[in-house]
Amino acid sequence: MSHVFVLMLLRETRLMFRRPAELVNPLVFFAIVIALFPLAVGPESQLLQTLSPGLLWVAALLAVLLSLDGLFRSDFEDGSLEQWVVSPHPLVVLVLAKVLAHWLYCGLALVMLSPLLALMLGMPVDRIPTLLLSLLLGTPVLSLLGAVGAALTVGLKRGGILLALLILPLYIPVLILGSGVIQAALQGLPTAGYLLWMATLTMLTLTLAPFAIAAGLRISVGE
Amino acid sequence: MSEAYLEIVDLACERDWRLLFEHLQVSVKPKDMLQVSGPNGSGKTSLLRLMAGLMRPTAGDVLIKGVSIHQQRNELATNLLWLGHAAGIKGLLTAEENLMWLAALHHGATREQIWQALAAVGLAGFEDVPCYTLSAGQQRRVGLARLYLDAPALWILDEPFTALDKQAVTQLELHLAQHCDNGGMVIFTTHHYIQHTPETFRELDLGQAAV
Repeated sequence: MSHVFVLMLLRETRLMFRRPAELVNPLVFFAIVIALFPLAVGPESQLLQTLSPGLLWVAALLAVLLSLDGLFRSDFEDGSLEQWVVSPHPLVVLVLAKVLAHWLYCGLALVMLSPLLALMLGMPVDRIPTLLLSLLLGTPVLSLLGAVGAALTVGLKRGGILLALLILPLYIPVLILGSGVIQAALQGLPTAGYLLWMATLTMLTLTLAPFAIAAGLRISVGE
Repeated sequence: MSEAYLEIVDLACERDWRLLFEHLQVSVKPKDMLQVSGPNGSGKTSLLRLMAGLMRPTAGDVLIKGVSIHQQRNELATNLLWLGHAAGIKGLLTAEENLMWLAALHHGATREQIWQALAAVGLAGFEDVPCYTLSAGQQRRVGLARLYLDAPALWILDEPFTALDKQAVTQLELHLAQHCDNGGMVIFTTHHYIQHTPETFRELDLGQAAV
């Protein structure tokens, strides 16, 4: 069972690196959106600093959403999904590996890029660890919840907009907590409570979402 | 007389408010070969997908050894090789990588076995070429190479002969017949006329079964 998990990760890694454009897409989107804000809002560093938690979180969230539409699309079209469903291995395990790969090459990459963009927005260096921690706990939630939506909409011709409508409301709690942590850190308030709540959300989605994703895929394949 | 392995009981299928078939009864036992035929849109693919447990029937049930497949997913999964319209071949992966992964979803296979299987379908020398560079017929062969690996007993194949040349069609017909002779079961759809069939060959015409 764990063997298949590792093989799935390997397969996704191969596919990802043979399509570098898709790997870079969310990162470029994230960087450009953040770079556009100082141009639109003006170069007042105090204002940008106040806005920075929200900006970083919304941009990261949209970058993840952008990459989600294609998450299961090609597997659906070339029949891979059918093969997973009829395989004796539990679909939940396969799906978890798939989403983990998505998080590694999209979510984690965004986390790595975020300190640079945070500095661009004038965030103090000593607040960067909090930002990293909040994104590190939050992006898996974005990937997992998003994958539920992607699984349900994969069979539709234009699932993209429906995916956004389905998923964005579910992102609200993690968005509030995620930007809340950084906001609190900027004001010198304790952040442990926020971070614990975020960790709870992460664990909750990590344990429950794979079952929802697997069920969604079964429905999409069965249509 | 061995008892039926896979049984279809009073099966009905409805797609988009259209009834494709109803009261369908078929049973498949080891060594059987069943060709599902009928005009386009008569529900051939739907029937195969129902048998593979990918879809839920509108009415009736699909049984394996007398028990519904939805109550024993694993029993079907360990004994089934499903090859749909799209065979699950990734264009970006090489033939070998594709087969390695598809085999790993079932029993797994060694590199030598995969190379042998690829050679058996006439793709020797194409092992490490990305599949998107192969022709449609060659891509089909990559999918069919799974039939030459250590394969499960029940094969459900949707249009396995499309895009194959004459020689490959004959080879595949013989291979299917041989699998049945060895105690396997094959259920497939095709519009070809099958020349090499085992004695147990039967045809299920959905065009006549439908009302």
